[in-house]
Amino acid sequence: MSTVETATGATKTMVLNMGPQHPSTHGVLRVLLELDGETVVRAVPDLGYLHTGIEKSCEDKTYSQAITLTDRMDYLNPLGNNLVYCLAVEKLLGLEIPKRAQYVRVMMVELQRISSHLVWLGTHAIDMGAMSVFLYCFREREEILKIFELFAGQRMMTSYIRIGGLALEPPAGWRGAVDRFLKMMPSRIDEYESLLTGNRIWMGRLKDVGYISAEDAVALSMTGPTLRAAGINYDNRKMFPYSSYDEFEFDVPTRTESDCFARYMVRVLEMRESLKIVRQAMAKITDSGPIRTEAPGIVPPSREKMKTEMEALIYHFKIFTEGFSPAPGEAFVTVESPRGELGCFIASDGSPKPLRAHFRSPSYINLQALPKLVTGQLISDVVACIGTIDIVLGEVDR
Amino acid sequence: MTENTSERASVVVEHLRAWNPNAIEEVVEFRGETTLVLPRKILRAVAERCRDHAELQFNLLTDATCVDRYPHEPRFELNYHLVSIPRRDKIRLKVRLSGSDTVVDTLVPVWPGANWLEREIFDLFGIRFTGHPDLRRILLPEDWEGYPLRKDYPVEGYRDVPMVPGFRKSSV
Repeated sequence: MSTVETATGATKTMVLNMGPQHPSTHGVLRVLLELDGETVVRAVPDLGYLHTGIEKSCEDKTYSQAITLTDRMDYLNPLGNNLVYCLAVEKLLGLEIPKRAQYVRVMMVELQRISSHLVWLGTHAIDMGAMSVFLYCFREREEILKIFELFAGQRMMTSYIRIGGLALEPPAGWRGAVDRFLKMMPSRIDEYESLLTGNRIWMGRLKDVGYISAEDAVALSMTGPTLRAAGINYDNRKMFPYSSYDEFEFDVPTRTESDCFARYMVRVLEMRESLKIVRQAMAKITDSGPIRTEAPGIVPPSREKMKTEMEALIYHFKIFTEGFSPAPGEAFVTVESPRGELGCFIASDGSPKPLRAHFRSPSYINLQALPKLVTGQLISDVVACIGTIDIVLGEVDR
Repeated sequence: MTENTSERASVVVEHLRAWNPNAIEEVVEFRGETTLVLPRKILRAVAERCRDHAELQFNLLTDATCVDRYPHEPRFELNYHLVSIPRRDKIRLKVRLSGSDTVVDTLVPVWPGANWLEREIFDLFGIRFTGHPDLRRILLPEDWEGYPLRKDYPVEGYRDVPMVPGFRKSSV
């Protein structure tokens, strides 16, 4: 316990332990708060409660096996994690992906972005005391998870994006399912906004809370909605387009207030932009065409080929027993996850297992700014700040 | 895209070489990514130059990580991934460290965001960053022994299953 000079003239502070078992830390985050009355003097985040050594495990798996591990990092954005990992391996191999597969990837990660923002909005609203929004958000998220189940057979840990393309052909009737969702969603977003955006309690809890200047945000390596709410237009989809994002028309919402409310607005607007992208992707996806690139020895051949060509059968066997060996080298790929810049760095030494797989997780790095956001704020605002950084502890600790 | 990237990278390389002829040991181009291998001593100075100079403006340190190439020497490679938001450019700085001397200057004064990135590298690889304001373990418990992401650390770890008779796993 230390003593500080404070505005009220008091010199004694108390240390309060928040978490790791605290509902509004969204997982197992522990924050040590030094308080002067209700004001936060110092905040020290303490992490690692969910560290599972995913990066070490990746080094012990072949390139294709490690995809299932990536699902489990950011469990609100498994498809985005699949995508960044596959893009990194594909870059290492120098693979070109068929356009059709790229558009399906874009559609899936944008649906994932909406579902992730819905979980964020719902849980954040519940943190701020608005119960009903939580139920509405999860209702719509359910529809997205149903679409994922249709595509991949799994609701969450889909592993749908694979090295060289996709795991499965888009299923019969997918257009109807996605179309129904696209028709329903805009009015539902209006509904959340009518409950929250002009709500005086919501504004009171979020406006002018958790301010960070644009310079500090960049210096602290913040990315994603938190950085865009500070007025910096940095979005990987526009800055360094991947998966044909340059063929899509969408805006990158930014705000300049850089408080919790601005972050909320950026995310809500992003959901609307994602709907636009999904609609465009749907139009671009043709009904037939390859979903995987032709790369013998790297990408598994189709079932039909395996039944007629001996080489295809041999390659299939080799891919799943021994794996494939990219040329020695390094690749670093970044994509825009719902939380910010998600990066994957892979170093290959020419063996079938990665020498090193590192994930630049946006939550981990954005969380670093928490002390800056909460210092000088009230203790109840700590919850709002943690919430609007939008952390997923599975990804923070990896 | 690729050509464009190399062209931009060569501007950075020329700029740094003009500033200090010994600034870059090696330039590696692979799959459209440029890596500048730097001598350890001037990492901090290059980083400052990269951030501040109007021609470079690498204002965002997006990632820092380490690779262990054990048993090769120098075994550790530190990779810093920089992004210039105003110039839409990326570059990777690399520093090689020998296993017997795992010390390098911190970049926290240049990019405060390096703080947790370096703590993670310290935690998992045991690289020491001189001048780091808060060099503690971050993901593992404070009393953890060893550095798990080193190649000579077994995947299943060193620890026995504790305190359960008959369940002791032999140490690797």
